[in-house]
Amino acid sequence: MNFKNFLFFTMAAAIFALPSCKSGSNQNNSSAAATEEAQGTPQVAEVTGAPKVPAPVGNRGPKKWIVNLETTETEGIIADSISYTFWTFNHTVPGSFIRVRVGDEVTINLKNAANSVLPHNIDLHAVTGPGGGAAASTSAPGKETSFTFKALNPGLFVYHCAAPPVPMHIGNGMYGLILVEPAGGLPKVDREYYIMQGDFYTKASAAKKGVLEFDNDKAVAEHPDYVLFNGKKGSLLGANMLEAKVGETVRLFVGNGGPNLTSSFHVIGEIFDNVYLEGGSTISHNIQTTMIPAGGSAIVEFKCDVPGEFVIVDHSLSRAFNKGAIGKLKVTGDANPKVFNAKTLVKE
Amino acid sequence: MKRLILYKLFGGILTLTFLFSCNKQKSDVASNTASIKVVSDSIGFISANVKMVYIPGGEYKPFYGSDSVRVTVAPFLMDERAVTNKEFLAFVKANPQWRKSNIKKLYSDSTYLRDWPNDLTLPENANPDAPVCYVSWFAAKAFAHSVGKRLPTLDEWEFIAMADDVSANARLKPEYSNNILDLYLQKDRQYRAVKQSKPNYWGIYNMFDLIWEWTDDFNSILTTNDSRAGQYEDKNLFCAGSAISSTDVLNYAAFMRFALRTSLKANYTVANLGFRCAKDAETQK
Repeated sequence: MNFKNFLFFTMAAAIFALPSCKSGSNQNNSSAAATEEAQGTPQVAEVTGAPKVPAPVGNRGPKKWIVNLETTETEGIIADSISYTFWTFNHTVPGSFIRVRVGDEVTINLKNAANSVLPHNIDLHAVTGPGGGAAASTSAPGKETSFTFKALNPGLFVYHCAAPPVPMHIGNGMYGLILVEPAGGLPKVDREYYIMQGDFYTKASAAKKGVLEFDNDKAVAEHPDYVLFNGKKGSLLGANMLEAKVGETVRLFVGNGGPNLTSSFHVIGEIFDNVYLEGGSTISHNIQTTMIPAGGSAIVEFKCDVPGEFVIVDHSLSRAFNKGAIGKLKVTGDANPKVFNAKTLVKE
Repeated sequence: MKRLILYKLFGGILTLTFLFSCNKQKSDVASNTASIKVVSDSIGFISANVKMVYIPGGEYKPFYGSDSVRVTVAPFLMDERAVTNKEFLAFVKANPQWRKSNIKKLYSDSTYLRDWPNDLTLPENANPDAPVCYVSWFAAKAFAHSVGKRLPTLDEWEFIAMADDVSANARLKPEYSNNILDLYLQKDRQYRAVKQSKPNYWGIYNMFDLIWEWTDDFNSILTTNDSRAGQYEDKNLFCAGSAISSTDVLNYAAFMRFALRTSLKANYTVANLGFRCAKDAETQK
């Protein structure tokens, strides 16, 4: 592709991505939320690190919230005892889970740590406005910025740092999820968890022995060394397994930060009763594997009918086998032979 | 001696011009500024023993703009290294109005010279030969005046930044951007002394390995007078949009510098942001 074609293509893509093109064609459209006035004085919203999520919004009306986020550049464990220089929102990969209701007015305070080398910002896909807030929130090291938006569309949205070069900021872990619940809230379930996939491109640090850092060439080639849930190999294994009991309903808020790969999200031995396709308002049923685009999400729900360890994977399986995209949900309780019965054939 | 007086006069005029332009922009603070005694604003000149390197200039392709745009950089002189803690201390000794306790709020945010315990003492563990940081653009500009120089323009700075240690323009070498990126990823580099690493092709030190540097026109992302520039609004600097207005999408290091510059305001002071000085080539005899 020559440069002119590339330019045209990118511009065309940018036009399609304009926020004003957001349409609310279903019953949960954005115009209703726009007219609903948020009440009260702003409160600091509870945010959580994965796999936890904040409490459901329930049946309340629209309110005003303050969400405090700090951007950092810090070393952390990526796999086994290997360190990597992550860039984060609130010190974790993925960043804090934000949970609001449609019609809420949300003030994002973004502080960039004083010892950051680079500027950072935040583009929330839940924002209707230029750059999803990116330009308004660009913060030099040690500085803080703020902007307010009204959540017009319900859904599960990705947020990420959009400071150039963006693939690097995202590749280092700068992403998270913001859930905008519809009026009345999502239906009640027994368990909710937060999972976010990301692809990581690494090389040995030139300056610091034993530490990995971002590899630009591998990222451009889209050849990741790690594909991970929640920023760390084994983040959902062993003592960190997700838990549920037989008979309980489980809801997973699943995001994909990318920067490059699309996830084929699957839980081995379960069928998703409900999938909020791409994190939107269309609910599909009886799904085995759901596609989650980079910079996109899905909400999946299922009932735990039998006990066991249920393996969570990206069903592009080399990523699960070789690059870390694997976790587990441990379901405890009584066996249900009518649903599943493992027969042992005893030879006499 | 005559020369010194001339400099003082010149400095006074510069300061006045400077104030005037501020007044024009911020009329709400103009009256405050005017009521403070003007005398203290004149710059006390100090001597600086920094080697300046002659850069012949030339035509170059800026990082932002379309592929066909070329910018001509006139010959100029550039300090071989950044301004150090020690030199900035000498500057504030000669210029009380730029001391930590005296600096006008208009000219700096609250973290100006953050780690200095008082007006005339460097931070306890600071290397006197490390670059001075936590200085605003206003303060950097005033320092430059005090040594009879100016801040480099963005084009001048980026023109030099094209060089590696063996060539004037290394942008097309695949390792060029990655090598800079390796440096950019390391934290707390600003505490090291200047001139401890290899100089580049021009004999200029520390373009990438210690600090970010102020340029005179840091907030003008568009470096050209090209009429087509209008289509490149600064919002294109964010997300993938930034790729539209760049001539070199693989130069991640340059993206970072431009990102940093767009995040700044002239009164900002930042932990890893300092400066070096430049001069027009003609005035050097």
